[in-house]
Amino acid sequence: MTQYAIRRILYSIPVIFGILLVTFVMARSIPGDPCKAMLGEKASAEVCERFTREQGLDKPISTQFGIYMKNMLSGDFGDSIRYSRPVTKILLERLPTTIELGLVALFFAILVGIPAGIISAIRRNSATDVAVMVAANTGVSMPVYWLGLMLAYLFALVLKDTPFSLPPSGRISAGVSAIPFYEVFQWEVVEGTFKYTLLEFFANMYIPNSIISGDWEVLKDVVKHLLLPSIALSTIPLAIIARMTRSSMLEVLRQDYIRTARAKGLIERLVVMKHALRNALLPVVTIIGLQVGTLFAGAVLTETIFGFAGVGRMLFEAITARDFPIVQAFTVVIAIGYVGANLLVDLSYTLIDPRIRLD
Amino acid sequence: MAAITDSSSDQSTKDYRANSLFRLTLRRVFRQRSAIIGGTILLFLVFVAIFAPVLAPFDPDFVLIGHEEGIKRRTDPCIHILGCPEDQPQHILGTDGNVRDEFSRVIFGTRVSLFIGFTTVGFAIIIGTLLGALGGFLGGWVDNLIMRFMDVLLAFPSLLLAIAIVSVLGHGLQNALLAIAIVSIPIYARVVRGSVLSVKEQEYVSASKALGGNSWHILFKRILPNSVPPLIVQGTLGIATAILDAAALSFLGLGAQPPMAEWGTMLGSERNQVFTAPHLVFFPGLAIMITVLAFNLLGDGLRDAFDPRLANK
Repeated sequence: MTQYAIRRILYSIPVIFGILLVTFVMARSIPGDPCKAMLGEKASAEVCERFTREQGLDKPISTQFGIYMKNMLSGDFGDSIRYSRPVTKILLERLPTTIELGLVALFFAILVGIPAGIISAIRRNSATDVAVMVAANTGVSMPVYWLGLMLAYLFALVLKDTPFSLPPSGRISAGVSAIPFYEVFQWEVVEGTFKYTLLEFFANMYIPNSIISGDWEVLKDVVKHLLLPSIALSTIPLAIIARMTRSSMLEVLRQDYIRTARAKGLIERLVVMKHALRNALLPVVTIIGLQVGTLFAGAVLTETIFGFAGVGRMLFEAITARDFPIVQAFTVVIAIGYVGANLLVDLSYTLIDPRIRLD
Repeated sequence: MAAITDSSSDQSTKDYRANSLFRLTLRRVFRQRSAIIGGTILLFLVFVAIFAPVLAPFDPDFVLIGHEEGIKRRTDPCIHILGCPEDQPQHILGTDGNVRDEFSRVIFGTRVSLFIGFTTVGFAIIIGTLLGALGGFLGGWVDNLIMRFMDVLLAFPSLLLAIAIVSVLGHGLQNALLAIAIVSIPIYARVVRGSVLSVKEQEYVSASKALGGNSWHILFKRILPNSVPPLIVQGTLGIATAILDAAALSFLGLGAQPPMAEWGTMLGSERNQVFTAPHLVFFPGLAIMITVLAFNLLGDGLRDAFDPRLANK
């Protein structure tokens, strides 16, 4: 297993190298002066000259790529044009919001998608099956941002004075603040240290932060704000997971060992949940891994609509403002995150199916 | 002798084979409920796109101010036979923020979306087929180089890569189309390479080689036709994704630009009015969903129809 994990990580290196190469080529393909593209139109001749020297833009292209690789791998993504702050700092501030939103959406997609797929498979061709599949096909065809806007309209306006009313934007209500758990516990942390950055990163995920601090009012408020964006974001993964679970279950339910399990008198629930589901899960897990990409891409749209200060919205704002250092860094990080998620999926295969010997 | 044998497989046998295969496939497609539903919706959409100037009561860019009495911006849908007062001008889906007929814009939007879907996927299929065929047929370092590059492109979430490409190339429909086509290439390259590899060593290919067939002739006439069914399936599903991605880019202001009647652009420019004029968000989104659904259903149906494991079911 360890050997396989190492080998699999080594296989990812050329892909990550390729990702860096593609983003390097893209950065060099921006029309016009690279200095003006990276530092903005107002950059003076002296500033540009210094930038050209520092970035090695006067050096051969292979040396330039070397410098770029070194900067990227050491986490130095340069400074944002718009905010004049290190991109890495902005990324660390924004990433927890997106991770939290993505995880809640994925949790929701799995929680609903897998049972829906199972029910659909065991009641094949019934009205329930047709209804689930129609819903799944519709869900997979729905623009995320459209669903988000429609949900906001429904829950924030139509159901305004009912108990189902939900806020249409923001992460937390005005006047409510999520106090970082390390402040609640009065831990002494020096700003700027690695420990501070790490604690701040986790504290920026409001759900775990409010659970750790035991602040239930904040938790309730945060969950209320997170419901609509995560439902919108989860629609496509949910539909894909339900479809994949159904087809995988149908394939497994046809196998001889299922007939044997039934023949020996096992109750149907056990046959489905223990014998069939576990074997049907492998392709479902693969597809869940692939959904990480959909979630990141969907986050750009969902965060823009719901006013979430996450990576997705930042990326959108950076594109509009032509803040290329941010676009470049966020693209690299998201792509590497996607590769990492699929790596984890590959490694989890042995846990689900012991027949797969990874080494 | 070879020439005689070759010519002996006369036209009638060829016709018979083609005819029977075609009919068999068609029969299987017609047995798929989802393919029929998807195909019917698609035919309807093609009809709407072709006859848009006849079906739409106004030009999509026509500003109604000064031409209709009492017309306002963002009016609610008004259909006289459904009880809308006769003194109000009839606009089935209301008017938008620039006082244009929303129904006409939704109708004309069908043209743009279908154009986007077919052109991007067409371009991606051509490039993907060439790359996949070259890789699979030549093998070795050429194959390795092409496929590793495809792996890298696949490592990016497709919409995000498209966003990054558009941010480099500049905003606009043309660049958005190019970006979506580029991110779609790897999937077709993989499909074609897979097909090429699976038939490259088949006996009929060896026979063709033994008969002295030129490599390119063998590739294009003997091997590539095997990639057509999976390419059709993947292409149909790919059009759905392309339309969805293009609409998302336009929604973000990176693709089609106003005043073009493109559903994503229409949705994006009225998204802040969702609480006051929800119909301006609802209908373009519904149009995107129906179109994407049609291609998804058709693609699913075609996949089942072409799947030999399901052939006798």
